[in-house]
Amino acid sequence: MATDYATLKKGGFMRQKQKNNFSLRLRVVGGQMTAQQLAKVAEVADKFGHGYVHFTSRQGVEIPFIKLDDIDAVKDALAEGDVKPGVCGPRVRTITACQGSEVCPNGCIDTEALAVELDARYFGRDLPHKFKFGITGCLNNCLKAEENDVGIKGGVKVEWQADKCIQCGLCEKACRVNAINVVDGKIEIDRSKCNYCGRCAFGCPTDAYTTTPGYVVSFGGLFGNRISKGEAVIPFIDNHDLLLKVCDAAIQWFDDNANPSERFKYTIERVGEEKFNQAIRDAYNNG
Amino acid sequence: MSDLNIEIDEEVDITNVVCPVTFVKAKVALEELDDGQVLKIHLNDGEPVQNVPRSLKDEGHQILKLIDNEDGTYDLIVRKVEE
Ligand code: HEM
Ligand code: SF4
Ligand code: SF4
Ligand code: SF4
Repeated sequence: MATDYATLKKGGFMRQKQKNNFSLRLRVVGGQMTAQQLAKVAEVADKFGHGYVHFTSRQGVEIPFIKLDDIDAVKDALAEGDVKPGVCGPRVRTITACQGSEVCPNGCIDTEALAVELDARYFGRDLPHKFKFGITGCLNNCLKAEENDVGIKGGVKVEWQADKCIQCGLCEKACRVNAINVVDGKIEIDRSKCNYCGRCAFGCPTDAYTTTPGYVVSFGGLFGNRISKGEAVIPFIDNHDLLLKVCDAAIQWFDDNANPSERFKYTIERVGEEKFNQAIRDAYNNG
Repeated sequence: MSDLNIEIDEEVDITNVVCPVTFVKAKVALEELDDGQVLKIHLNDGEPVQNVPRSLKDEGHQILKLIDNEDGTYDLIVRKVEE
């Protein structure tokens, strides 16, 4: 029987240059695995592979040198430790994330919870080409949002509360884009400059800013043969359900418009940026 | 607020070091103080003034005031708050 490489690939088995050997890609969500899962991965790598794993550039884990004949045994063994195979090929890939607000002092959003949610919603969905989501918790962009087809970056919208302010001027100093000016003892925020980094609010000694968490979303990033930075099309989204609607619209537009084997960025270029932007703006306005 | 007389218990100059030693030096100076005492930290514009106050706030201390000396340095007035 001929080996069905497409099915194997869909199940996360990457053909190696060594005949009948596969590097098995595992399902990782938001860059996290439990200790229990890791123990099982170690066991399988020892027993069926060459005793090591490879960490991919997008937070994936692969176990190289799995033999064709062992594939079912490997899947069963991994399932015992709650480890699922990943995917390759034309579909939604690993949802990547930094540690976000649950762990990082700079985090504006709970990236891990969002990664789990997007994983459940989209992971493995078949599309004309691969499709990558990346989630980063704040403007520091440790997770490099704009290199993904859809990049999500956490931020906060800040509002100054006059009654709590002690006029120390630290927020003006903390702002890296000079969006804050103190005018006659009043703080003025230039909204056209503000990038939602939250440094003013986090640094304020008296917590004189209220913060509303939200998302800056970019579309069409590529970081392979061609490099292109994802572009923001719509303003700051301060509503979680609206974020999901915008993601739904982006992925659906890709599914409806892309030619086979065409990355999101190229579809946007071929069909027209203005048409794509309109579709996203519609989702944003009618969400 | 700016005319309030705050009694300073101790001073430290961190203009002669760069981040992250700035923070370490400020932190060590605060460790020498008792709960409620006030430290004046002399620090540079740029990274130090952008980051040191925030780090001290995250450690639980109370920032009282920032004085701009208008010579590229600042004096940050901090009250020590013990955990
Ligand atoms: C032999 C060299 C060093 C050793 C063994 C060392 C060890 C440590 C240890 C054990 C801590 C944790 C302290 C705690 O529990 O709060 C620490 C914190 C830290 N170290 Fe070092 N360190 C060394 C050199 C340096 C240098 C050269 C720098 C900067 C130039 C540095 C910057 C820091 C900073 C910023 C912290 C965090 C301070 C805090 O949050 O309390 N360290 N280091
Ligand atoms: S992007 Fe922000 S929240 Fe995420 S790890 Fe970096 S600093 Fe922390
Ligand atoms: S959120 Fe960031 S960019 Fe906006 S005003 Fe505050 S410090 Fe400046
Ligand atoms: S940092 Fe806070 S207290 Fe200081 S000037 Fe800004 S808003 Fe006022």
